[in-house]
Amino acid sequence: MNENETPRAAELLTPEQLKQAAFDWGLTPYEYERILEGLGRQPTLTEIAMFSVEWCEHCGYPKSRNVLGMLPNTSASVEVLVGADSGGFYLTPDLAVVMKVESHNHPSQVEPYQGAATGVGGIIRDIFTCGARPVAAGNSLRFGSLSDPYTRHLLRGVVKGVGDYGNSIGVPTLAGEVSFNASYTGNCLVNAMAVGIAPTDRLLSAAARGAGNPVLYAGSRTGRDGIGGCSVLASHEFGEGEEKRPTVQIGDPFTEKRLIEACLEAATTGWIVAMKDMGAAGVTCTTSEMSAEGGMGMRIDLQRIPRRESGMQPYEVLMSESQERMLMVVARGHEDDVIRLFGRWELSAVVIGEVTDDGILTVLDGGEEVAALPAQFLTTPPRYDLPYERPAYLSEKWAYDLSAVPEPESYGEALLTLIGSPNLCSRQWVTEQYDHTVQANTVQGPGGDAGIIRVREAAPLGVAVTMDGSSRLVYLDPYEGARLLVAEAARNLACVGAEPKIVTDGLNFGNPDKPDRYYQFREAVRGIADACREFELAVISGNVSFYNESPEGPIHPTPIIGMLGVVPDVNRTASIGFRADGDRVILVGASGCPGSLAGSEYLAVLHGVEAGRPLSVSVSDEKRVQCVVRDMVRSGLAVTAHDLSEGGLAVALAECAIRGRRGARIRLPDVASAEALFGEAPSRVIATVAADRISEAAAQLATAGVPWVDLGEVGGDQLSIEGTLEVGVDELEARWEQTIPSVMSP
Amino acid sequence: MSALPPLNWGVVVFPGTNCEIETVYVLKELLGQDARTVWHRETDLSEFDGLILAGGFAHGDYLRAGAVARFSPVMDSISRFAADGGAVVGICNGFQVLVEAGLLPGAMLHNRSRRFLSRWVNLRAEASSSPLLSGLTPGEVFRVPAAHGEGCFFADPDVLAEMTANGQIAFRYCGEDGAVTDTANPNGSLECIAGVTNAGGNVLALMPHPERAAEAVLGGDDGRRILESIIRGARPRLARAA
Repeated sequence: MNENETPRAAELLTPEQLKQAAFDWGLTPYEYERILEGLGRQPTLTEIAMFSVEWCEHCGYPKSRNVLGMLPNTSASVEVLVGADSGGFYLTPDLAVVMKVESHNHPSQVEPYQGAATGVGGIIRDIFTCGARPVAAGNSLRFGSLSDPYTRHLLRGVVKGVGDYGNSIGVPTLAGEVSFNASYTGNCLVNAMAVGIAPTDRLLSAAARGAGNPVLYAGSRTGRDGIGGCSVLASHEFGEGEEKRPTVQIGDPFTEKRLIEACLEAATTGWIVAMKDMGAAGVTCTTSEMSAEGGMGMRIDLQRIPRRESGMQPYEVLMSESQERMLMVVARGHEDDVIRLFGRWELSAVVIGEVTDDGILTVLDGGEEVAALPAQFLTTPPRYDLPYERPAYLSEKWAYDLSAVPEPESYGEALLTLIGSPNLCSRQWVTEQYDHTVQANTVQGPGGDAGIIRVREAAPLGVAVTMDGSSRLVYLDPYEGARLLVAEAARNLACVGAEPKIVTDGLNFGNPDKPDRYYQFREAVRGIADACREFELAVISGNVSFYNESPEGPIHPTPIIGMLGVVPDVNRTASIGFRADGDRVILVGASGCPGSLAGSEYLAVLHGVEAGRPLSVSVSDEKRVQCVVRDMVRSGLAVTAHDLSEGGLAVALAECAIRGRRGARIRLPDVASAEALFGEAPSRVIATVAADRISEAAAQLATAGVPWVDLGEVGGDQLSIEGTLEVGVDELEARWEQTIPSVMSP
Repeated sequence: MSALPPLNWGVVVFPGTNCEIETVYVLKELLGQDARTVWHRETDLSEFDGLILAGGFAHGDYLRAGAVARFSPVMDSISRFAADGGAVVGICNGFQVLVEAGLLPGAMLHNRSRRFLSRWVNLRAEASSSPLLSGLTPGEVFRVPAAHGEGCFFADPDVLAEMTANGQIAFRYCGEDGAVTDTANPNGSLECIAGVTNAGGNVLALMPHPERAAEAVLGGDDGRRILESIIRGARPRLARAA
């Protein structure tokens, strides 16, 4: 498109040129036919732009929506929120919790600092647009090998981007993960999550209502940044030969912070009929989706939208993903009140149009009509049932002979290697760049099994959040891997004494048009859905990111689970560090789990192998373990609790020792083996109990019908496992701490 | 110890400040004070016994932390409030603003790691002449959270010598045992300085956040003792008027 063309000239393209523009913006021939058929006429260039963003995967979910229908969005155990832009549930009759995850993978790969920062900004807006104050943030970051200089560039930029944005707006970052795997080399993953709390009478809807009500635009001015961010950048694989940097948006957390305060104040006035943030697809998305949701239309004039550059074409204004902008429907007669309110926060708000009852989104550019589309049609892309096929690699990977894996020469050395490996070492270099104590509600920050915040309005009530991803196990078995992931997230919450309630899922996969990738997606979603049903969890929001591929191949399929649970009393929680010498160390759950080295960190780190068939998790066993651990934590019986996951029993013990700065004397119930030490069977937790209460614990565990074993006692400055290994806690800590700083710090 | 005097605090909020809610909460709900936020365009501070400049990123901290905030309308009133002997306390970003405004000596640089740093730190109370710190014993150690990107305190040698001689050093970063060492210094601050006062002792600022350490359930309540000392040492409005 030539920038010097007048809007009118741009509309006078030939049908062939219009069709080409549609394809350039990512619409398919089939979709273009559907548009012609639905409208019964030739669309304008501006209208094509609007379809291209609304029908892309990021906004309309055409390729995932049918599969996502498997996920349970309600559960018997929670009262799920209805009608808000982000999903949530009623924590108390007066307080609602909202939560959502969103990916910013492609922008972060192109421009890590801004890509990650705007990912945080976007997810935070999704929270306060509902009238909820953002109270916690989390993120899941996945990169290629740490030894690759470009990975370090991405890690440095992404972490600084997440930190600078989240720190500036004053939201504590409590949960998250950082993981390295060669499959992410050309396509990193940045998933950001946020949690908000709102008094139920201040929750805002995103549905436009009331013909004649004014439509207001608030916040930053509109520029050319981010045009095509969702449809062009995030809807193709990398490596197709384009310079995509201009499609990345630029964040301004200072404006966001004022927007938070202005929007939350506005939510108390009763003047706001509906609110929605302009994320992907900006003005198009908000005007069309708010209209469609309310069964209404809108008439807006693009000339009234504040611009940061001149000469923008209508389609550019409509597609721009400039950050920190909100759209509001205001009760007629209160527009000046709202403009004054935003003015007090030194933010501009302007009327750009009004709600109509014809169901049509009419877009004017000054006096000229440049688009008139039925809102419902615009927001209802075709849904595809794509072909899928079991990936060829699975049979080969499952056939891997675990019994042929040699035992290490030294178990102690193997433990030191694992604890210092990129995926198991300390994340302090990362988490220290995130403010985790702002708002003065943080009971447990990052580094434990889950973050905990107090809910001040309902103290001593609190909520715990965890964000967990899985890639290797999902790669090796998409269905079971996804079930294991849900079980692990729930186990993390149980270990801090929380009862899991709601889930937000970030689904990161390869190109869905390739049947083996689509199989991974379908099976993983099925696994999440089944596990959530069994755990009685409602999946209240989520995000899909496809096309995570580079010339080196697809990423490992990577679902991310954000899970939130309720802590009845924040004074009764547990953390992972050993507390006192003499405490008994117990393993709750099964010991000796054959086959548990499949897909393990041990195999990957010590043998460079990603293979084996992951174990299946029995949700009923898992729930019994979680239930008894949660009860023991809440009653104060268990002072330490830590879930067994990557690295297995030995790594979990080492983490408890490092974090508690004290050792332990352990005797294994089975013969020492790599499997016993480093196997990753699910449904297992390490806990410590005061020596004089061990019989109480034994009785409780017996009643629960959960297998357990007394492993030994806390004490000394060595982690010793009888006849197997003896390593100083200082040495473990040194190996654990130095890995990331040694490659990242000057 | 006797009950805290019931004072009225103004918590100054610039666009971009982000610690005002918990600061007001701690003052009102935990310390029995009266408190409200003061928007940066307000100029009448006559109702207050003391002021706190809360943490955050005033005006986005875009040029340099606190550099734009000094031009906010409230700043002239804060200067007069301080000149009258009123207690003015800066926490984190508030410290940066007070330094930029010239109400405190020295300057604030980026952390030596060039990274934002969020971590619990130990502070040692120094032998200070400030009434705001008279409730603390020199050498006493406090564990409180710090969270900042520009917290490296700097001053010229002659300024530093004068501050030291006047008892204007309020807190230094230290180990758990109170030892002031470079390892305990999180941001490269000159002589591990974490908090300072003006010559009159009524303007105090520190980089770490005592308001985030006012309840045991949040990991410690050492910060509460610092805030209590400030409340006891502040000269109330009526005393200043007399």
